[in-house]
Amino acid sequence: MELSELLEIGQQERTRQKPIRVHCCTSTGCQAANSLGVKKKLETAVNRNGLSDRVEVVGVGCMGCCGRGPLVQIDPENLVYEEVTPEQAPSIISGLKDSSVVEAQPGDPEHPFFTKQFKIVRETSGKIDPERIEDYIAAGGYQGLHRAIGEFTPSEIVNEVSKSGLRGRGGAGFPTGLKWATVAKAPGDRKFVICNADEGDPGAFMDRSVLESDPHRVLEGMAIAAYAVGASEGFIYVRAEYPLAIERLQKAIKQAKKYGILGTHIFESQFDFKINIRIGAGAFVCGEETALMHSIEGKRGNPTPRPPYPAQSGLWGYSTLINNVETFCNIPAIVTNGGDWYASIGTEDSKGTKVFALTGKIRNNGLIEVPMGITLREIVEEMGGGVPGGEVKAVQTGGPSGGCIPASLLDTPVSYDSLAQVGSIMGSGGMVVMDNQTSMLEVAKFYMEFCRSESCGKCIPCRSGTVQMYHLLNKISDGEATEADLEKLEQLCEMVKHTSLCGLGQTAPNPVISTLRYFRHEYSELLQPETINV
Amino acid sequence: MPVTTLTIDGTPVAVETGSTILEAAQEAGVRIPTLCHLDGVSDVGACRLCLVEITGTRKLLPACVTEVAEEMEVHTNTEKLQEYRRMVVEMLFSEGNHVCAVCVSNGHCELQNMAVELGMDHSRFSYRFPQRDVDISHPQFGIDHNRCIFCTRCVRVCDELEGAHVWDVAHRCAGLKIVAGLDQPWGDVDACTSCGKCVDACPTGAIFRKGSTVAEMTRDRGKLEFLQQAREKGEWTR
Repeated sequence: MELSELLEIGQQERTRQKPIRVHCCTSTGCQAANSLGVKKKLETAVNRNGLSDRVEVVGVGCMGCCGRGPLVQIDPENLVYEEVTPEQAPSIISGLKDSSVVEAQPGDPEHPFFTKQFKIVRETSGKIDPERIEDYIAAGGYQGLHRAIGEFTPSEIVNEVSKSGLRGRGGAGFPTGLKWATVAKAPGDRKFVICNADEGDPGAFMDRSVLESDPHRVLEGMAIAAYAVGASEGFIYVRAEYPLAIERLQKAIKQAKKYGILGTHIFESQFDFKINIRIGAGAFVCGEETALMHSIEGKRGNPTPRPPYPAQSGLWGYSTLINNVETFCNIPAIVTNGGDWYASIGTEDSKGTKVFALTGKIRNNGLIEVPMGITLREIVEEMGGGVPGGEVKAVQTGGPSGGCIPASLLDTPVSYDSLAQVGSIMGSGGMVVMDNQTSMLEVAKFYMEFCRSESCGKCIPCRSGTVQMYHLLNKISDGEATEADLEKLEQLCEMVKHTSLCGLGQTAPNPVISTLRYFRHEYSELLQPETINV
Repeated sequence: MPVTTLTIDGTPVAVETGSTILEAAQEAGVRIPTLCHLDGVSDVGACRLCLVEITGTRKLLPACVTEVAEEMEVHTNTEKLQEYRRMVVEMLFSEGNHVCAVCVSNGHCELQNMAVELGMDHSRFSYRFPQRDVDISHPQFGIDHNRCIFCTRCVRVCDELEGAHVWDVAHRCAGLKIVAGLDQPWGDVDACTSCGKCVDACPTGAIFRKGSTVAEMTRDRGKLEFLQQAREKGEWTR
């Protein structure tokens, strides 16, 4: 396919589209709030009002403000309605016809929640129908891939990604360009590209939303990566708890193959790339790259020590590139606009944007994409609207591997290094806000319970250390512990952190360590005096 | 033979390139404690007892799966490592029901020996008293899950030396269990050849010969190593 043909598909799609598009969110969150019922009523109302020649109802992906779903947005007027019920749908459509009063709660597109965002990964999310490749192409989709294959050599792509300064968005923040260069240089003519979509942190749903809202962007990013590193086969490892994401990915792969965008001779070049989906049973440890690869191979999802790293010896022993969903979604924009453009966004050590799932005790729950360097205060107080009826006590970032940042440090800018300095991590993007009613000990207990039940059990520090830590936390919260127990807890944190085999165990103590660092008094005041047994 | 030189606890060592730190230490006469390592089968780095410190590396690395590198400075017995090793053994004792006085392997148990070696005379962690079963459905052998430490030696010998793959790991974390077949009684698993390799591989009293009573159960590890070497060297081919 020539570029002109790709553009032609986009042009045809734009011509087909009606002048007024009523976008109704069909992501999991809004579906759970009956957005499909709303969509159906909107369609019926369009027909009843005789507006079908100029108005169309489009099921789109996530618009971000998930806590207020179902969301309906009308383009090009940029009107947003929140918490829409099926009963309100006819009123929204009537409003389009005769400007009558709409009986639905309007949203505010000028709220900082929207205006402070900078969308690269989620650029087309909530604007296009994720089930139509033509809609993605009409929004500029697959031009990056076409450009990559037609205008760049694989090493030029790797250079461009290196130049962008993009770091892995799965949590560890490893420089993406360096990872790509290692795989590209690895010997052997069989290589794999894996998309890690095994998101499992409590409170995080960024990857699920991206997969549901914009599956083609993930495919495009993966295809560019495959071209750059010399792979011809890829896998998307996605957990079975994400059925809608899986369904849309399957549909997207089928559509892309039909257009010659995936498969053999992509865009009539010599580049071949096919993508398979592997459905995981939903074990948190399978997000760890070695465990993930074992799971794809059909083995028990247990991690193995690194080195060797996947780039050296990955899937079935072949050099393998593993990146997270969000990392891949940045790639088309980097290829289209150049690495320098991407590097101009964000901070010195953290370039670009980051998607966060803003949840917890906060007014505006949902997904946000913000430039790196924005402060936690801007996110929590301005975009999130603060805590309803209370004050922010702490923000938890990085999920079970992360830590709690106290309200006094809310002016910390969001970047890999600055979050690490205050004892937390960026993680994959879960951000849980806690109010002053929250017990930090209970928070630590919650994450420890999660790690305890998700440990694969292969190594003893993680298998038994998490159980012992959870037991000690319980003992403290039950008012049965002494100073010696707290000391034992701290020793365990150190030991589990330094001796566990994989990232799950190595980071499991983090929520305890960080809550002890900033909220030690909450532990201390529950301790009992030492008793001497005679 | 390409050779790599390194120092282990300050002693210069020259070993075949590609060797692990554990192999290099063994050659140099330095003992690094292990429980999941078994000569002759693959290593998994699971027991974490063989963790060593390497100058210039922040992370502790398992000696059994880490390859030697030129000019590497390995420290095998620092105070920190000793403390972590003791904690590992304490946790192993507290997660199962390890009552040496009534164990078939008393006196011949690697876990027991490890506790003695590391100076661990009590566990500071709460005993968990798990409810685990004992399977004596096999005509010759038995498995007492209470004494299992999940080193997976049985899984590996059965898979890699016998080729039967009777054993595997099921569930996770506190529910972790070594299972025979598809979690069947051991005696019902057709794949089992009753070769006894798993019995010889087990470091504790978990897998035993029927009829063994307290302190009677001994193992013949040399047999496993002989089998593996004979196979590798093709000593049985005509």
